[in-house]
Amino acid sequence: MNDFADVEVLLVEDNQSDAEMTMRALDRANLINKVYWVKDGVEALEFVRCTGPYESRDCQQSLKLILLDLKMPRLDGLGVLRELKSGEQMCPVPIVVMTSSNQDHDIAEAYRLGVNGYVTKPVQFASFVESVSRIGMYWLMVNQAPTL
Amino acid sequence: MKALNGSENVDILLVEDNRHDAELTMRALTKSELRNKLHWVEDGVEALDFVRCTGAYRGRDPNQFPKLILLDLKMPRLNGLDVVRELKSDERTRPIPVVVMTSSNQSRDITESYRLGVNGYVTKPIHFMDLAEAISQIAIYWLRVNQVP
Repeated sequence: MNDFADVEVLLVEDNQSDAEMTMRALDRANLINKVYWVKDGVEALEFVRCTGPYESRDCQQSLKLILLDLKMPRLDGLGVLRELKSGEQMCPVPIVVMTSSNQDHDIAEAYRLGVNGYVTKPVQFASFVESVSRIGMYWLMVNQAPTL
Repeated sequence: MKALNGSENVDILLVEDNRHDAELTMRALTKSELRNKLHWVEDGVEALDFVRCTGAYRGRDPNQFPKLILLDLKMPRLNGLDVVRELKSDERTRPIPVVVMTSSNQSRDITESYRLGVNGYVTKPIHFMDLAEAISQIAIYWLRVNQVP
């Protein structure tokens, strides 16, 4: 009935090769089966809110983590944060920005909008794998996500 | 035991009223160099004094924020949720990552913490080995992988 029941991590990334690299890194940490990949902010909101193509998803099924790119078409990462982390309908699911930008104003703005964490993607693949696996170990094994 | 390194160069601010729990946390970090950059305060009032450089911490460099605040929930004077409320409603202190570390795994506490803007929530494992492992993962992620403004 529900195709998305096992999803623990929502990966929001428009770049195919970056998304594949992230999934490869999660694969090495044995976390790959629980990742679902969407390509922009609009689709991310549809997934979280169970609308559009995700109407059949069980909205009580909570995610442990949203990994969010910043630069994306249609709706960018900061736009997603603005939608999900403000107001009465604030979404308690932890959101970690993972981006190639280490510009101060992106970091400051993400925290101002209520991001839970911010990670700059390392350029070297080995460091990237290490970083993704540390993210996975903390957010999926140690941290406790809210139940919705 | 308490004023380990003064109040400068602090990466982790540990806010914990129970001395035994605080010592376990510090012991868990003993083998890493991170131990030297931890400062322990015993309640929420002292935590806010530290961050805001008031009271006993007047004179501390106000531009130096810890990279992580590890926060207990149940404390005298000012409890953990009130500390989160204070820190996250102030533009200046909002970016400081706050992770609740508590023995409570009640979903009401978890949900309320996230709604107030806490960055993470960890239920303390009962056995020391598990606690040590959790604290080491917390420190690696928040101090080495995560970025703050």
